[in-house]
Amino acid sequence: MLKLILNRVLIAIPTLLIVSLFVFALQHALPGDPFLVMAGEERDPESIARLRAIYRLDDPIVVQYFAWLGQVVQGEFGRSLRTGEPVLGLILQKLPVTLQLAAASMIVALGIGLPAGIIAAVRKGTSVDYAASAVALSGLSIPNFWLGIVMILVFAVELRWLPASGYVPFFSDPIGAIETLIMPAFVLGTGLAAFIMRHTRSAMLEVLRSDYVRTARAKGLDESVVINKHALRNALIPVITLSTILFGELLAGAVLTEQVFTIPGFGKLIVDAVFNRDYGVVQGVVLCTAIGFIVMNLVADLLYILVNPRLRGR
Amino acid sequence: MATAASPASGPDLLAPKQSRVWGKLSRSRAAWIGGSIVGVFVVMALLAPLLAPFDPNKTNFLLIRKPPSALYWLGTDELGRDILSRLFYGARASLMAGVVSVGIAVCVGVPVGLAAGWYGGWLDIVVSRITEALLACPFLILAIAFAAILGPSLSNAMIAIGLSAIPIFIRLARGQAISVKAEDYIEGARAVGVRDSVILVRHLAPNTLPPILVQSTLFMAQAIILEASLSFLGLGQQPPQASWGAMLNTAKNFMEQAPWMSVSPGIAICLVVIGFNILGDGLRDALDPKEA
Repeated sequence: MLKLILNRVLIAIPTLLIVSLFVFALQHALPGDPFLVMAGEERDPESIARLRAIYRLDDPIVVQYFAWLGQVVQGEFGRSLRTGEPVLGLILQKLPVTLQLAAASMIVALGIGLPAGIIAAVRKGTSVDYAASAVALSGLSIPNFWLGIVMILVFAVELRWLPASGYVPFFSDPIGAIETLIMPAFVLGTGLAAFIMRHTRSAMLEVLRSDYVRTARAKGLDESVVINKHALRNALIPVITLSTILFGELLAGAVLTEQVFTIPGFGKLIVDAVFNRDYGVVQGVVLCTAIGFIVMNLVADLLYILVNPRLRGR
Repeated sequence: MATAASPASGPDLLAPKQSRVWGKLSRSRAAWIGGSIVGVFVVMALLAPLLAPFDPNKTNFLLIRKPPSALYWLGTDELGRDILSRLFYGARASLMAGVVSVGIAVCVGVPVGLAAGWYGGWLDIVVSRITEALLACPFLILAIAFAAILGPSLSNAMIAIGLSAIPIFIRLARGQAISVKAEDYIEGARAVGVRDSVILVRHLAPNTLPPILVQSTLFMAQAIILEASLSFLGLGQQPPQASWGAMLNTAKNFMEQAPWMSVSPGIAICLVVIGFNILGDGLRDALDPKEA
């Protein structure tokens, strides 16, 4: 098992290096000279020269890359071209907002997706299965920003039950936080619920066809024991690999959801950075997201090894 | 002397397979429903100049934010433009975004993936690592990064979506190439001295087509949502040209005063995406030999 874990960790390193190359290339592909932006409106030649020296722009490109990589390894992900603030600081400042939304969305997604997937598999071919599949298809086809707009129209504009936008930290006002979170979490969670439902259904069907489930049934065990104790536990193992896809979906979905509900999170940070032509932030966010994604992938792989009895023994 | 027959892709062997696939496809209710929905939108996009009752970009300040009526079936927007006409023209932007971005992703991704899978070795290792690295970034964020470099416009949004989808097609084509290259008929073609380039073009590529066709159809749905998302964020179609995402972007500012502005573009996106998803599922069922 240790060898497998080591193998997975080693595979992640070249991927991280290629991501770093891609982000570095992004910096050099950007239109215009970002250092003119950084130097301010007066464009004092001394400031430009100082910035060029800091970023070693007069060095060969390979030297520049390794110098930049060295900074990234030390946690320096670049600076905002507009405010000069470190990008990592900006991300860490916005991350709790997005994490609060992500956590609430996951509760919605798992709360709908898992039971729907299990029921659809257990009642395969019935109207319940078809209805669950149709709902999942709709969940995958409705753009979440439009669902957000429709929900605001119904629940905030017409019925006035919920606030249309805003963010309240959970620990400062839990009730206010829940009120502002219900709609965004539902919007972001339903798309993910469709994913979870489809994967859970197919994993459950696979397990329900296996020999040990047939044996459990042949022993005369109650169907609920067969489903909950034997089938579900094993069907959930492949669903773990979904966590990385879900992480990506959550981040991408958060970009749009935060825009619709005016939530000052990670997604709004990147969109605002694009419109302010703050490439330092765009670059830093892409790098951080990719690193987060690779780490999540690694964690999912390791979890899979740990919970899968066949791999644990190796 | 017996001539070396072109193995599985020979016309005599291919014909029954094709007719079997076509038979399954024509019997598939999902493929028919999905195909019909997509067909309606294709007709809508192609015949937009004939179908649109008004000029989609013509503003009329006397008709600002009028609710649906007998003359303006879906109402008018914040500049007095007819929403129905803009919806027809918006179908062009959405479908074009799907076709162009899938085209870019297939034209770049499939040859690279086939070559990596066929030749293996260092080429495969390098391509696989680059693919993994690109897949490590969520789609929309990658597309936003590309759109930020290229600048906001519909054509740049299509390029951005296409570029971010390349790794998916590389991975798919590579996997197909690896599995097809182990088939007996490929071994046979190699044994009789057929050149690599001929095997790649005549045998490998046609036999990897079915999953690529299915993935392309399913990705069309995703590309349409991505184009709408980028336009919603202001990174896609620019005013005054119509696009469903851009229409929703404007509509969100007038939710209280003109809720009808938000309804029709959203329904159009959902329907066309559902159409492509159902068509993709139908194609997968018809082309999957396990479903025979």
